Amino acid sequence: MSDTRTAAPAPTAAPAGGAEPMLAVRGVKTFYGNIMALKGVDVDVHRGEIVTLIGSNGAGKSTLMMTIFGQPRAREGQIVYDGRDITKMPTHEIAHLKIAQSPEGRRIFPRMTVFENLQMGASVDGFGHFDEDLLKVFDLFPRLKERINQRGGTLSGGEQQMLAIGRALMSRPRLLMLDEPSLGLAPLIVKQIFDAIRELNRAEGLTVFLVEQNAFHALKLAHRGYVLVNGLVTMTGAGRELLERPEVRAAYLEGGKH
Amino acid sequence: MAVQLAETAPPTAKASPSSSVMAHAFKDAVITGLIALGLFAPLIGFETVIIDGALGLDYRPGTLAVMVGIIFVGRLLLNLTVWSPNRKPSVRSGPTIFDRAGTTIGPAMKPLLLAFAVGFPFIAAFAMGGMNESRYLIDLGILILTYVMLGWGLNIVVGLAGLLDLGYVAFYAVGAYTYALLATSAPINDFFAGFLGETFWANWAFWICLPMAGVFAGLWGMMLGFPVLRLRGDYLAIVTLAFGEIIRLVLINWVDFTGGGAGIASIPRATFFGVPFTAGENGFAALFGLQFNPMHRIIFLYFVILALALITAFATVRLRRLPVGRAWEALREDEIACRSLGINTTNVKLSAFATGAMFGGFAGCFFAVRAGFVSPESFTFDISAMILAIVVLGGMGSQIGVAVAAAVMIGGMEMLRNLGFLNQIFGGDFDPSLYRMLIFGFAMVAIMVWKPRGLVSTRDPTIFLKERKAVSGDHVKEGHG
Repeated sequence: MSDTRTAAPAPTAAPAGGAEPMLAVRGVKTFYGNIMALKGVDVDVHRGEIVTLIGSNGAGKSTLMMTIFGQPRAREGQIVYDGRDITKMPTHEIAHLKIAQSPEGRRIFPRMTVFENLQMGASVDGFGHFDEDLLKVFDLFPRLKERINQRGGTLSGGEQQMLAIGRALMSRPRLLMLDEPSLGLAPLIVKQIFDAIRELNRAEGLTVFLVEQNAFHALKLAHRGYVLVNGLVTMTGAGRELLERPEVRAAYLEGGKH
Repeated sequence: MAVQLAETAPPTAKASPSSSVMAHAFKDAVITGLIALGLFAPLIGFETVIIDGALGLDYRPGTLAVMVGIIFVGRLLLNLTVWSPNRKPSVRSGPTIFDRAGTTIGPAMKPLLLAFAVGFPFIAAFAMGGMNESRYLIDLGILILTYVMLGWGLNIVVGLAGLLDLGYVAFYAVGAYTYALLATSAPINDFFAGFLGETFWANWAFWICLPMAGVFAGLWGMMLGFPVLRLRGDYLAIVTLAFGEIIRLVLINWVDFTGGGAGIASIPRATFFGVPFTAGENGFAALFGLQFNPMHRIIFLYFVILALALITAFATVRLRRLPVGRAWEALREDEIACRSLGINTTNVKLSAFATGAMFGGFAGCFFAVRAGFVSPESFTFDISAMILAIVVLGGMGSQIGVAVAAAVMIGGMEMLRNLGFLNQIFGGDFDPSLYRMLIFGFAMVAIMVWKPRGLVSTRDPTIFLKERKAVSGDHVKEGHG
């Protein structure tokens, strides 16, 4: 894995919003007790891009995502969003900067209804354009409209994932971070969800940072990708380009493109 | 043919295993009896008696045999009936009779209960044949409503926000002492006596101190909240438990300020918005042209606590629909998700703590004015435990459940004092009131077995999206789900 730094990221399809990245992770090290989970990670996300981070179990993907949100905090390194250092910012304030997250394991509120879950998503942004945003989420995931008065915990896995993404969208984010949206879902539902992500990016220019284990789908979707191995970024490049690499194929894609 | 077969087959099939069932049941009962013997021998078999001024032991084999016999027979009967392997489990499909009753009478329940609560003093007076005779019932009603209010207050903290608070009685105490100290304070009395009349403070103290008691208790709630809200679950429970005890110990030991264990007596009584309930010509009875009766004050107190409790309920219902109330519930469900959604969990917890404490303070103020006397004895851990039990039994978060649980627990405990009829069964020496805690314990175990999530376990959504609201129906295809 010597080619850690390939050529400068070249977002092919997406409009690059200037040279300054929207989100810049610089040399971030995160620890759980004495165990270093991230060993100095650099990741850039530019405006309008879909960037994916792939890696196997325990590589530190979710840790990176949670570190960006400040729980746990990075012990070393810097996280800059929109020119502001958010490394030490409390989690709820980071959310106020219009970064929304659909966390690992979805973390919807099981005893609250779908509607109440979506209301919670709008907490950051107030309720000025709640109805409008609600319609947008229903357009994206019509299934949520059918389930609107149902308790979150009674939804199927795919519906819960839709709810988690919908809830994140209710805050009108500029950067959407998704942690393994395909986890445990049927291929058809995965396709639906990935189509929705592509549509959000294409129609509204929403910037998406996608953490995935499902490397094939994620790399096909993303403009750029990073490969995380044992807390270090070992490869980076355009999504399709990474998909062609023999190392990536060997490590993440053999055994069936599911 | 088929019917005959079905009828004749079981007895033959059953004949052989039934003897082994009997043997097994008997064996099991013997083992249980032996365990009971081992446990009861030291507990019941011995009795300490004083023989010639020295402590001696007496043996009670008869009582021991009866107890072990009860256990043995009871276990045997259970083995042969309820736990019998031949017994067909009753398969229930769909809602139980209670659930169905809940959906049919549920909507009518709240107005009915409310109407009953409002009319209760009159019903009681009518049923007992006079105002003075109904005193016991109305006092009981006041007690129950006090616990309903405390339950609703704690429900905000435990039921909605999911913060286990074992020291709720502290805020009750803060409210009670706020009123007791302010109302009996000579400087304040003198201050108002100067320009508003001698009796102003005595007549208005309750109405002025009531909001203050809530504010003080709320402030104490925040003071407690700041250091402990980084704790969760068991740790939070222990710290709040300690806080409740600290308040009580301070009240006992700070003798100069609080009067110590002797408490504070002759606290001014409640007035009808400044009009005292006295026999004089400035009193309530004279003002309304009624014959003076001390029960007027009691009935008025009943309506005060009813109003306070309803304010608590109404405030909770409103708050649940506001972002802060929704955040409380979300916090109970998932704290990390809350933070990721931009909710400052510390503030949300503090607001829940302070709001719950405030209602506890109101209730405390009412307690002081009703009793006319406060002492640290009234604010022990038992009260916290009782309120928490009411919230848990009612079903965390459910208002109606908490109200019913309070009525059942407090009213039930009171009713158990009046088990005189049992004397006719067990003889004159039998004191039924000694057994009320035992019966109470059984009742709690029974509820937890049959309704483990409380009497009303379903959570009411705060909002329903109706079809006609804004969203058009064309997103949804028919028969899609």
